[in-house]
Amino acid sequence: MSRLLNVSSSPHVRDQATTQNIMLDVAIAMIPATAYGVYQFGIKAALVLLVTVAACVLSEYVYEALMGKPITISDGSALVTGLILGLNMPPEIPLWIPFLGGIFAIIVVKQLYGGVGQNFMNPALAARCFLLISFAGKMTTFTYQDAVVSPTPLAALKAGQLVDLPAMFVGKIPGTIGEVSVIALLIGAAYLLIRKVISIRIPASYLITFAIFVFIFGQHNLQFVLAHLCGGGLIFGAFFMATDYVTSPITPRGQILFGILLGVLTGLFRLFGGSAEGVSYAIIICNIIVPLIEKVTLPKAFGKEGK
Amino acid sequence: MGLATFKGGIHPFEGKKLSESTPVTVLQPKGEMVFPLSQHIGAPAKPLVAKGDQVLVGQKIGEPAGFISAFIISSVSGTVKAIEPRMVADGSMVMSVIIENDGEYRAVEGFGTDRDPGALSKEEIRNIVKEAGIVGLGGAGFPTHVKLTPKDDSKIEYVIVNGAECEPYLTSDYRMMLEEPESLVAGLKIILQLFDNAKGVIGIENNKPEAISKLSALVKDEPRITVCPLKTKYPQGGERSLIYAVTGRKINSSMLPADVGCIVNNVDTVISIYNAVAKTTPLIRRIITVTGDAVTKPQNYSVRTGTSYTELIEASGGFKTEPEKVISGGPMMGQALFNMNIPVTKTSSALTAMTKDEVAVHAPTACIRCGRCINVCPSNVIPQMMMEAAEHNDVEKFEKLDGMECCECGCCSYICPAKRPMTQAFKEMRKTVLANRKKA
Repeated sequence: MSRLLNVSSSPHVRDQATTQNIMLDVAIAMIPATAYGVYQFGIKAALVLLVTVAACVLSEYVYEALMGKPITISDGSALVTGLILGLNMPPEIPLWIPFLGGIFAIIVVKQLYGGVGQNFMNPALAARCFLLISFAGKMTTFTYQDAVVSPTPLAALKAGQLVDLPAMFVGKIPGTIGEVSVIALLIGAAYLLIRKVISIRIPASYLITFAIFVFIFGQHNLQFVLAHLCGGGLIFGAFFMATDYVTSPITPRGQILFGILLGVLTGLFRLFGGSAEGVSYAIIICNIIVPLIEKVTLPKAFGKEGK
Repeated sequence: MGLATFKGGIHPFEGKKLSESTPVTVLQPKGEMVFPLSQHIGAPAKPLVAKGDQVLVGQKIGEPAGFISAFIISSVSGTVKAIEPRMVADGSMVMSVIIENDGEYRAVEGFGTDRDPGALSKEEIRNIVKEAGIVGLGGAGFPTHVKLTPKDDSKIEYVIVNGAECEPYLTSDYRMMLEEPESLVAGLKIILQLFDNAKGVIGIENNKPEAISKLSALVKDEPRITVCPLKTKYPQGGERSLIYAVTGRKINSSMLPADVGCIVNNVDTVISIYNAVAKTTPLIRRIITVTGDAVTKPQNYSVRTGTSYTELIEASGGFKTEPEKVISGGPMMGQALFNMNIPVTKTSSALTAMTKDEVAVHAPTACIRCGRCINVCPSNVIPQMMMEAAEHNDVEKFEKLDGMECCECGCCSYICPAKRPMTQAFKEMRKTVLANRKKA
């Protein structure tokens, strides 16, 4: 034989899943929420999403090119970060703010720590929190229908007012572009679960813990609990942001513990904190303690249980 | 549902269709025969012949050089041409006895005569198995007479026959279960003769319904033997996975199956025990699958050990397409070959020639911590963290993470979306750890 044979260590076959098609699945799962956001908030929302995605992908490209690193924009992770960040923006935001957010997410949170797989906080959420602190007014001004500034259902809840639950479920409420429609988010979440991109552990333990917390420390009624579950960024956060691979625990038991901590923190922030919302802060705080969670939740090897 | 299995595992492309319906064909060798003196785990055998000696079929040409070692037996008659190092499947050079085959197949006295196993004592059976050079034919090559001699015979409750054949593409065990089921059952009964308190269980993956029904029918009147259908999942035939599926008992890397009352033998090992005990035929042939999408006529063969892989490929009509990768064994745990001038040994299970090398297609990228490696790991360790330790050559951390529990099945590397060569890194780490332990 004239040609040389390939030689490598076993196994010699590989599954078809790649980082790229996993990221693509995540992006596909956000299509219902994205579509609903654009439908409800119009072209402004589409522009915001375009700006965040462009800012993220461009920052990644420029940074990696300048640093002489391999260009990784084709893996889709910057696209997903951009999309999540955009969906976390109020539709009326001046476009330079989401642009700044995209740069911050990719350069400061992701690339400075070593790029994909190395960031210790969810880049989109860290950028959102950065923008919330820097531009608190613009980031919390929500309009709904005919550009009337109106409180979000969560703010109304906080003020002791009644909310319209069916409207919250469908998404006929003010809020960020991607968080308003619970039904659209759940369709995407179902897609992620069916495709086995995410496991149910984090979202389930998060939502259950949160519901129990709100029931006990809130108004002891289910209406109130449901309003809290459907309000704000909770569903979006539980299925799309808390489940981010890089910044959530990799151990199965750790994922459950992570969800429980998220539920408690979110409940604390929402019921006892100064602002109406608390999902983003809860997630990035729990992101930071992921290494500790993993340390205490390492599984026992097969045949070494009880030893 | 409800089928016996284990937690974790993967479902790679099976590829068994290629060769599963071809009967085992006897292939007589043409060229020189190469008998490596190390075809088993443990000390290499010591040569019993010298250059120029005449040898017969069934003659011992190498003797065990330690407690864990095995006899090497000539599969042909002829002249010893040389004793020199030759390349084996894993790429290393191993001292080998080279025999010029005279094509007459003159055998040693008594070869092939029938014997009544029932009339033999336990000691005699164990001795016959040892003299026949039988080792675990599933791949590891652990000397079978050692396996059949646990500390306490009465503590063995299960004698498990491994008919899972979970490795993709391989069909040799399957064919043997279809073609010689009587020998398999008779072999199992011989082993059961050694262990009075044991039940015999034949574990077979449920992608082989014909084998399951054939053997079930055969053992329906055997009070001590049952067939256990197993879920089709890789690595169902791994020793630890199989014991767990059949008995619910768990062993870790520092335990032996006998510690939980089990003895596990591969299908062809059991048939070889039957051949040795009842037919006075030592282990001189190997059932091997020649397969892969590059092979013209995929087929199962019965070949004499020592035959070159080149002859197998020729017998299968050569390559219809130039292969990119040729593997001794299957795609999950097999060894990629530099060339095909390699002898068939006791543990050769297949020759798989692929037109595409999936490993070369994707370059490894950064870990995204997706956790798939954890979901599939049958040893329930954290490959992702072990990989970090391996990348930093942190032996201490690797051991702390139970890296030594890794069975090198390859599931993590298979499933990894970032295509990281985890199994390879773990093999190296494990070697380092074992070497360090030896030093200490």
